[in-house]
Amino acid sequence: MPMSHVLSEKTRRLPGEAGVWIFVGADMLMFGLFFTSFVIERSKNVELYNLSQQALNFNYGGINTLILLTSSWFVVLAVHAAKMDKVRHVAYLLAAGALCGLAFCVLKVVEYTEKISHGISMLTNDFFMYYFILTGIHFFHVIVGTVMLFILCRKALAGTYHSRNVLWLESGATYWHMVDLLWIILFPLLYLMR
Amino acid sequence: MGLWLGTPTLVWAVLMLATCASTWWLKSGAATSMLATAAILVIAAVKVRLVIIHFMELGDAPLKWRIFFELWVIVFSGVILAGFWLSAH
Repeated sequence: MPMSHVLSEKTRRLPGEAGVWIFVGADMLMFGLFFTSFVIERSKNVELYNLSQQALNFNYGGINTLILLTSSWFVVLAVHAAKMDKVRHVAYLLAAGALCGLAFCVLKVVEYTEKISHGISMLTNDFFMYYFILTGIHFFHVIVGTVMLFILCRKALAGTYHSRNVLWLESGATYWHMVDLLWIILFPLLYLMR
Repeated sequence: MGLWLGTPTLVWAVLMLATCASTWWLKSGAATSMLATAAILVIAAVKVRLVIIHFMELGDAPLKWRIFFELWVIVFSGVILAGFWLSAH
């Protein structure tokens, strides 16, 4: 690796507030334990879990993954735009990211409604208990993140974020990328792997 | 390089393609079940790492933070893969 690409510890920088990173790390550890618990319970009744998984529509999960990835991309570009002092771009990109979050929520409600109308609930069996609890906790994170993006967008419209003020924009982006990252694992775990 | 043409856009395109491959190609039975399951999980782990390094910008962060998040990916994808493999045998 060329020397110019090697960063010393002094030049390395954690984007945003360190406190947000501690929260993000703790949240990810909690989800890691949820994933482990799911895998252990699944091993006790693989047939039931595989059979129940067939009732899920993986198209919803796949499309929602594409939506969250695109949202994350818009938010990354918003942070870059702020660092380049493209102040108007920051607001537009955050609005695009927030609308993607809203689209995820709409599709999630459609999916839940479909399940409930087919008589499937948290009480149906262990698989669906995990399905509703894990996707439900993640859904709550998406709602919080979407509201946060709309608030950041409103502040960005007032010209708050630019190259000398990106700390809270970066912190919000960190949280939003975590929401994306958790779904990247949760989706295959519940919908695809068997 | 402009705002739109850069590493984030390239990473986003890779993430989108990888998602389509694991959702609509591997899932549809293009490979045997356990092999497909392992491939789907490896793709997910690589996607998470791309998000951590390029979107969360941990590639340029102090090493202790980067190591924590990279370990998270390795440990939990390892646990999930081991759990699925053991229950299939």
